[in-house]
Amino acid sequence: MTGLLWVGVVLFGGAGAVLRFVVDRAVDSRTGRAFPYGTLVVNLTGSALLGLIAGLTLSHDAVLLAGTAAAGSYTTFSTWMFETQRLGEDRQMLNRAANVVVSLVAGVAAAALGRLLGSHL
Amino acid sequence: MTGQATANNVSPQTAAKVASPQATVLNRYRGQRGQRRRVDSAGVVPSPGRRELAAVFVGGAIGTVCRGLLGEAYPAAAVSWPWVTFAVNLVGAFLLGYFATRLQERLPLSSYRRPLLGTGLCGGLTTFSTMQVELLTMIDTRHVGLAVGYAAASVVGGYAAIHLATALVRRVRVWA
Repeated sequence: MTGLLWVGVVLFGGAGAVLRFVVDRAVDSRTGRAFPYGTLVVNLTGSALLGLIAGLTLSHDAVLLAGTAAAGSYTTFSTWMFETQRLGEDRQMLNRAANVVVSLVAGVAAAALGRLLGSHL
Repeated sequence: MTGQATANNVSPQTAAKVASPQATVLNRYRGQRGQRRRVDSAGVVPSPGRRELAAVFVGGAIGTVCRGLLGEAYPAAAVSWPWVTFAVNLVGAFLLGYFATRLQERLPLSSYRRPLLGTGLCGGLTTFSTMQVELLTMIDTRHVGLAVGYAAASVVGGYAAIHLATALVRRVRVWA
């Protein structure tokens, strides 16, 4: 069963990354180019989803698949930091600070909201 | 992924006057990317090809398995410094800074390298959601100092990793 579980991690991880790619593009095409809204949307919805998974009482394997693999791969730390650093290079200091602070504060709030919802399901 | 406002709103000539040579190179490549790969002149994102999506899938799967295996090998205690998340995030940020800068500024455009290595591998290896849930758990259990330290170290470390990787690529000019 362990082999099958890791096949699942491959599939869920790949799917999470593809979904992030698609959502990021869709959001960025509808918003201005000065602020990386696509990554913000992906990271906040993903944090809410992982919060929800944490709120539900699931088996270790289910958490590995839905949480670690799917929600983990759907969100990204590296692109968030890359875009923050590039905002700094472009001297957009307000956007740079906002990208860090809003992501962190809203990210924890989204995770809390998701977990609250999960614990009532 | 960002900073296309400058490239798209300012002509290359104007950009060359106001920006440093290095920044001009950057903006030029961003401009090309912006028009060819991200957003066309009408503001419409071209639909990604199968090859691009396949590259994201493969890279994302590899990154996720690496992160998953590390997480299983070193399970974190209830409330402690999340070493695995912290490490994969910093390593992934460094790799993305390296790949993205090199692909944007040093190598000709290719249809699958950025999706495979950047969006896929680095995006799958790193995770924002796990970090947020870890922060939430720390705050819940009144380990606010740990939460602040973890958030600050991740942001400062991730930012520094991107900065370092970018500087490394830009200083070494002939690596292709």
